[in-house]
Amino acid sequence: MKRIKLFTYIVSFIVAFFFSYNVNAASGAPCGHYLSENGLTEGQCETIEVDPYDLSSLQRGAQIYMNYCLGCHSLKFARYKRVSEDLQIPLDMFQENLIFGDQKLGDLISIGMDSKESKVWFGNSPPDLTLEAGLRGPDWIYTYLKSFYIDDSRPLGVNNKVYENVGMPHALIEMQGEQFSVCKQIPEIATNGGIKQDPLTGEQLTVEKCGFLEVKDGTGIQTAEEFDRSMKDLTNFLAYMTDPMKKERESIGVYVLLYLFIFTILSYLLYIEFKKDLH
Amino acid sequence: MVTKIMNWFDDRLPLTATIERHLTKYPAPINMNIWYLAGVLLVVVLVIQLLSGIWLLMNYEPTAEGAFASIQYIMRDVEYGYIIRYMHTTGASAFFALIYLHMFRGMMYGSYQKPRELLWVVGWITYLLLCMLGFTGYVLPWGQMSFWAAQVIMSLFGSIPYIGEDLLIWIRGDYLISGITLNRLFALHVVLLPLALIAVIFVHILALHEVGSNNPDGVDVKKFKDEDGVPLDTKPFFPYDVMHDLYAIGVFLIFFCTIMFFYPDGGGYVIEYVNYEAADNLKTPEHIVPSWYYTPFYAMLRAITFPIFGLSAKFLGFVVMAAGIAIFVALPWLDRSPVKSIKYKGVYSKFFLSLFVVSFFVLGYLGSVAPSPAKTLLAQIFTVGYFSYFLLMPIYSKYETCKPVPDRVQLS
Repeated sequence: MKRIKLFTYIVSFIVAFFFSYNVNAASGAPCGHYLSENGLTEGQCETIEVDPYDLSSLQRGAQIYMNYCLGCHSLKFARYKRVSEDLQIPLDMFQENLIFGDQKLGDLISIGMDSKESKVWFGNSPPDLTLEAGLRGPDWIYTYLKSFYIDDSRPLGVNNKVYENVGMPHALIEMQGEQFSVCKQIPEIATNGGIKQDPLTGEQLTVEKCGFLEVKDGTGIQTAEEFDRSMKDLTNFLAYMTDPMKKERESIGVYVLLYLFIFTILSYLLYIEFKKDLH
Repeated sequence: MVTKIMNWFDDRLPLTATIERHLTKYPAPINMNIWYLAGVLLVVVLVIQLLSGIWLLMNYEPTAEGAFASIQYIMRDVEYGYIIRYMHTTGASAFFALIYLHMFRGMMYGSYQKPRELLWVVGWITYLLLCMLGFTGYVLPWGQMSFWAAQVIMSLFGSIPYIGEDLLIWIRGDYLISGITLNRLFALHVVLLPLALIAVIFVHILALHEVGSNNPDGVDVKKFKDEDGVPLDTKPFFPYDVMHDLYAIGVFLIFFCTIMFFYPDGGGYVIEYVNYEAADNLKTPEHIVPSWYYTPFYAMLRAITFPIFGLSAKFLGFVVMAAGIAIFVALPWLDRSPVKSIKYKGVYSKFFLSLFVVSFFVLGYLGSVAPSPAKTLLAQIFTVGYFSYFLLMPIYSKYETCKPVPDRVQLS
C-alpha cells in the first residue's frame, strides 16, 4: 500500500514538473493583429487540427505547395521521392506533375532563386519552409495564410494581419481573391460581459471596430469555404514536412509499449516471487 | 567445468571477489523505498545516452555550415535516425529529472552525512559534469536557441572584472560564437566530458559500496549483524534488488518511450520550438530561454538587477547562479543535526527543506518566462528562500529538537 502511495507521489511530482511551467514555450507565436470573427479578441490564431493520416488532404496540400509556393520557398531538407512515397502519389505521376525543371526524384527540394538577389527584391530572402510548422505551429501558418489584404501603402500592394509589413506578396491571390481590411458595427460589450442596450428603446448598442477581413465577391477562383479548406490542406502538408516520420514513429511506438508492458508485468511477477524469500 | 573456468580467472583477476563484493553479497537495506530507484535509473539513462550518442556521432557534422542540415539528415534520411535522436533528446531531459530526484533523496534522508561526505561530493561532481554535457550538447544542433543560449551563457564569463573580455575570447576561440566555438564544444561533449562522467560515476559507485547505502531511517544497518557477519536488516543486492530494479526499469521505460515516440518535443521542453530555425547571428529570438533543467539557476541570474561595490549586476548574477549550483557540495558540513533522516529531524529542517523545494519550482517557472518587475521581485524572494535552506542550516539543524531514532530500520 505504501509503495503505491509513494509511486503516485513520484508520478505526480513528474507531472507537476512539466505542467507547473507556463505554457509560454508551448503556445505558438501569437497572431499579430488578427481579429476573431466576432471582433472581440485580437492576435489569437485560429485553431486547426492537422492530420498526417489524411492522405487526400496532404496530396492537395502538396499540389498547392509545388504550384504556388515552391517558386520562392525551398524544402531543402526533404526529398521528392520521400514525399511521393509518404503521400502515396505514383512516382511517374509525381515526376510529371509536381517536379519542375530538371530535378530528379532523389533530389532535395531546392529552388533556383538566388538568395542574394531575392533579398534585394523582397527585403529578405524567402525562408526555407521544411521546419516552419515546427517553428511557428500549424495554427499560426493557417491564420497567416488567410490574413493577406490589399494595402496600397506597401511596395507589393498587400499587407498581412498576422505578420505586419511582411515582405511576401499574396501568392494565393488568384485563389482567394482580393481581401480588404474593413470596419464593422459590432455589439458593445458592457463591463459585466453582457451586451449593452439602450435604456429607453432596448435596442442593442453597437460600436465601430476596424480590421475585419472581407473578400470582394467574384475576384477569386475559390469560394471562402474552398479557400479555407485549401489552406488547411497546405498547412497539413507543411506540418507533415516538419515531422514526416510521425506515422511510422507512432506505429513503432505502439509495439514498443506493448513489449514493455509485457516485460514489466513479467519482471513484476519475478520480483514478487523473489520477495517471498525475504519474509 | 564452471568452477574450473572461474578458478582460472580468479588466479588472474579478482573476479569472484568483485562479483560478491558488488552484487551477490552487497548488503542493501531492506527498507529502501521508491526514492532509491533514481540511482539505478540514472545508470540506465547513462547507457541510453552513450549508445544513442555514438550512433548520432556517425552521421553528425560538427561545422557551422553543416550541423543543422546534418541533424535533419539524421531525422529524415538515416534509417531510424529519428528514433536515435529522440532517444538522445528525451534521455537528456530524463537524466536531469532523475538526478534532481536522486539529489533530493539524498537531502531528505541525510545521505550526505558522515561517513558519506565523499560519496556526496563525487555525486555533486557528476551533476556538474552533467550540466556541462547538457550545455555543450544543446549547442550542437546549431539552431537559433543553441546559438543564443551559447551566446548568453558564454557572455557571462565576459562579465568577470579585469580578465573577462580576454577570457571570453579565449573560451569562444573567436570574437563571436562561431564554427570554432561549435567545434570545441563538440570535442568536449563527445570526448572529454563523457570520459570524465564515466570515471566519476565509477568512483561514485565504488565509494557507495565502501560505506554502504543509506536508508529512509538514516540508521546504521551495520550495527547489528548475524553470526556470519551479514548485517541483519539487509538483503543481497543480487538477486533481490536487481529483480526489484528490473521491474522499476520497465515502468520507467514505459514513461520514457511514451515521450520518445508520441511527444518527442515534450511540449517544447524536451526540444524547444525556436530550435527549428537554423542559427542566425543577426536575428535574436524574442525570448531566450534555457532548457527546463537550468531555469531555476537562470532565474537566479536574472534576479540580481543591481550592482554592488562597483561589480556589475551581470557578474553578481553569475556569481549567485554559480553559487546556487556549487552550494550543494557544502551540505555535509552545513548539517549539524545528530540525525540523518528528515523523518526524525525537527520541524525547522522540515520547513526549510519544503521552502527549498518550493523555491526550486518557483524559480524554475520564473526562469522559463519573460521577466517583469513583479516576477523579478518574486525571483529575488525565492532566491533568498533557496539559499536560506543551505546557509541557515548550521543554526536550525543544531538547535531544533529531533525525534528519537530507532536502533534498527522501521518497516511499515
